[in-house]
Amino acid sequence: MRHLLTTKGLDRDTAIGILDVAEEMAEASARTVKKLPTLRGKTVVNLFFEDSTRTRISFEAAAKRLSADVINFAAKGSSVSKGESLKDTAQTLAAIGADAVVIRHPASGAPTVLARSGWIDAGIINAGDGTHEHPTQALLDAFTIRRRLHGDASRGKGLDGVTVTIVGDIVHSRVARSNVWLLTALGAVITLIAPATLLPIGVGHWPVAVGHSLDRALETNPDVVMMLRIQSERMQASFFPNAREYSRQWGLDDERMARLYPTTIVMHPGPINRGLEISSAAADSAQSTVLEQVTNGVSVRMAVLYLLLSGEREGLA
Amino acid sequence: MPPRTVLQQTDITRALTRISHEILESNRGPEKLVILGIPTRGVILADRIAGMISDFSGQNVPVGSIDVTLFRDDLAQNPTRSPAPTRIPAGGIDGKTVVLVDDVLFSGRTIRAALDAVGAIGRPHSVRLAVLIDRGHRELPIRPDFVGKNLPSALGERINVRLVESDGDEFVTIEESA
Amino acid sequence: MSATILVKAAILVDGTRADILVSEGVIVKIGSGLSMPAGTSGAVTVIDGNGLTALPGLVDLHTHLREPGSEQSETILSGSRAAAIGGFTAVHAMANTSPVADTAGVVEQVMSLGDAAGYTTVRPVGAVTAGLAGLRLAEIGAMANSRARVRVFSDDGKCVSDALLMRRALEYVKTFDGVIAQHAQEPRLTEGAQMNEGTLSGQLGLAGWPAVAEESIIARDVLLAQHVGARLHVCHVSTAGSVDVIRWAKARGIRVTAEVTPHHLLLTEDLALNYDARFKVNPPLRRSEDVRALRNGLADGTIDIIATDHAPHPSEDKDCEWGAAAFGMVGLETALSVVHAAVVHTGHLSWTDVARVMSRVPAEIGRVPGYEFGIEIGAPANFTLYDSSVSRVFDTTMLHGKGQNSPYLASALPGQIIATIHRGYPTVLDGKLLSPEELAPYAGVNRG
Repeated sequence: MRHLLTTKGLDRDTAIGILDVAEEMAEASARTVKKLPTLRGKTVVNLFFEDSTRTRISFEAAAKRLSADVINFAAKGSSVSKGESLKDTAQTLAAIGADAVVIRHPASGAPTVLARSGWIDAGIINAGDGTHEHPTQALLDAFTIRRRLHGDASRGKGLDGVTVTIVGDIVHSRVARSNVWLLTALGAVITLIAPATLLPIGVGHWPVAVGHSLDRALETNPDVVMMLRIQSERMQASFFPNAREYSRQWGLDDERMARLYPTTIVMHPGPINRGLEISSAAADSAQSTVLEQVTNGVSVRMAVLYLLLSGEREGLA
Repeated sequence: MPPRTVLQQTDITRALTRISHEILESNRGPEKLVILGIPTRGVILADRIAGMISDFSGQNVPVGSIDVTLFRDDLAQNPTRSPAPTRIPAGGIDGKTVVLVDDVLFSGRTIRAALDAVGAIGRPHSVRLAVLIDRGHRELPIRPDFVGKNLPSALGERINVRLVESDGDEFVTIEESA
Repeated sequence: MSATILVKAAILVDGTRADILVSEGVIVKIGSGLSMPAGTSGAVTVIDGNGLTALPGLVDLHTHLREPGSEQSETILSGSRAAAIGGFTAVHAMANTSPVADTAGVVEQVMSLGDAAGYTTVRPVGAVTAGLAGLRLAEIGAMANSRARVRVFSDDGKCVSDALLMRRALEYVKTFDGVIAQHAQEPRLTEGAQMNEGTLSGQLGLAGWPAVAEESIIARDVLLAQHVGARLHVCHVSTAGSVDVIRWAKARGIRVTAEVTPHHLLLTEDLALNYDARFKVNPPLRRSEDVRALRNGLADGTIDIIATDHAPHPSEDKDCEWGAAAFGMVGLETALSVVHAAVVHTGHLSWTDVARVMSRVPAEIGRVPGYEFGIEIGAPANFTLYDSSVSRVFDTTMLHGKGQNSPYLASALPGQIIATIHRGYPTVLDGKLLSPEELAPYAGVNRG
């Protein structure tokens, strides 16, 4: 693998391959000595143009467990915000000798631009770009679902026939996009639930079912309910009237939680708005995978770093 | 030159039988033994050796696998490999005698990686090495404790080990590398 | 210094072959077997027109020359050179400069710089509203009555979105036989917009620029134009729906004209797939259905003209993430080749039609005299010779403005301008631009 920019176009075998490597990483992380020497001498730069402590820490832990050197470059509030271009930053990182760049950027497509620019030769990992994609989040979600369903027998398996309902701000969600492409490639059946204002134009062409009623979606007893974070600025922009109406219609509250099958998995990419898109009880329940997702995130990111940085440098994939 | 067969299935079975006996003898019994195979074919051989030792001694010998991919020092020189599962028997390896099993011993780099992998899992009393073929050309100060067959080879030659469990048939050949 | 030019055996747009003799800035003879008149003095040029199509000088109603204010992107000189190599003998320089072309002083300066450069006639476009701020009218009368005699007014880059202000502007320019060229983009519907709104924008996570944001403004404006009996020109029409609205308006007798850019006739939104900002333009590239509708609208006369919307940008404004990149692409150098590929090759337009939509009608809309009859005895000598038989892989050496933001780099395009005659003297010969020094003697005389 040369870069990880999107999950769109990732085929089933490649995706399962990544998840299987992540299984080994998870297993290694359970050992007495968690550190692996695998990426000794490699330099991983976390290039964050947007604050995201959670994602940055997860990548940092992943790189360090593989013995890579980690440089954290919080581009926000640095020379970059004083007008330095992505190009200048990339060339600087190339000069430092970065082998991989983990990039979080508010502009959709920035990692793609970096990967095909020629400014830097490093492998590029998209850690969330604008409203486009967040591939490692989708991979860790898939990993989490697979583990919940198959436990130690997960290796080699897809998510065939697993029903996943994704609820909330689809139009602005890079997590939703990456999950739609990845989980579909793995065989899952996806339903998106949101008010029409929060569904992207053209969603009818996506490989998903679309609905507006969370209650009706829950009646089908999906295997997984994934709640997305709602940002308060959406209310100002008239995507919906206010928080109360949103959570009444599309929030996973205690009453809806009680109606779920006991085996239904409740997921949230975090950070959570407790009481808005999900109630505290739902987020903290045994069905919730919120913390597992964090743990699994490290394993999945180790797998991605390993697959990008080990092996001979291939040509542009 | 066509490949030359150096071990038939019966030779392999005889070699493994002898190795199993030698392991038992050198450890004065199976009590503290843990047999760990190195993927892929080392795992098969480890299973067979553990089975034989159990048969000979009447005691169950713990067996598992230890993947060394993430500990290799030549990852950048080869295409990306996917790590295989590591399965450590329930009793762990602390204080045990770990016998690493691989099919062919060559440069010694795999075994070096395996020693690091063992160290990440626990602290055995000692670590021994059993291989089906020792073809020479060591690059590190590593030597096997139990050898099925010493097979002096030229650097350019290829040794092919085929086992029923993984390949459907069973023999060892040597051939000129293409 | 006066120039005498004899073009031998060129192909006129009607398909006939003829020699063209130019003297003292005017086409003096068209016929076969012409020779240099005896006793010709001054500069004499004979051009072998064999196999070349002679088109009347192209007129661009929509060019960004960036001067004054953004000379790092383009100057009137560099943009004029790009125009000449593209076969253009007149361009309309949009008003969104710094300072904005909203006073007589600025438009006269732009015109003078164009004359001094000497490669093409530069006709300034005046701003509709002061500072393009969309709040109150610019000094339209002063610009119309200035030496620049401005007839086209546009806030291009911004939409005159206030309905009342648009009504007033349409009414007011009637006084001066002017026209409002509207950049039709409803601003609220396009806040933060990055590309055509559709399935692809949803996938790429780029904020959408919906077709309705263009169509709703055009619908409003044609009704306003009808109501006040004014002329309206719609810039860079980009959607199938817009073509329908304009067709409807024309059927009602509303005095509306419309332009389409070469890039909207050829390129589609899927080029955004790799976030290569060379393909970021406003209005955005649309779907293939839209491209088809635009070609058909041009063929049936619903769309009147082709205009380049030549929009040069320095490399740093394109060599970046899509969201941060500037909108626009250069287009003067490639316009005729792209039109050739997109609508001539496909049978939508003949070369006679090309002369109409790229020369006569844009000149008529802009009230540029001298283009009424095309290549005709007695007409000012503005024409270009095009070799339609060649195909070239387009590269930066073929760009002569300052901008390198062409979407066609590394693409094969048909045709090449071999010669351009502007005001009776050559600006391009043998496919090469003449240098400013070579032009100086002619430009001096013709500046008057």
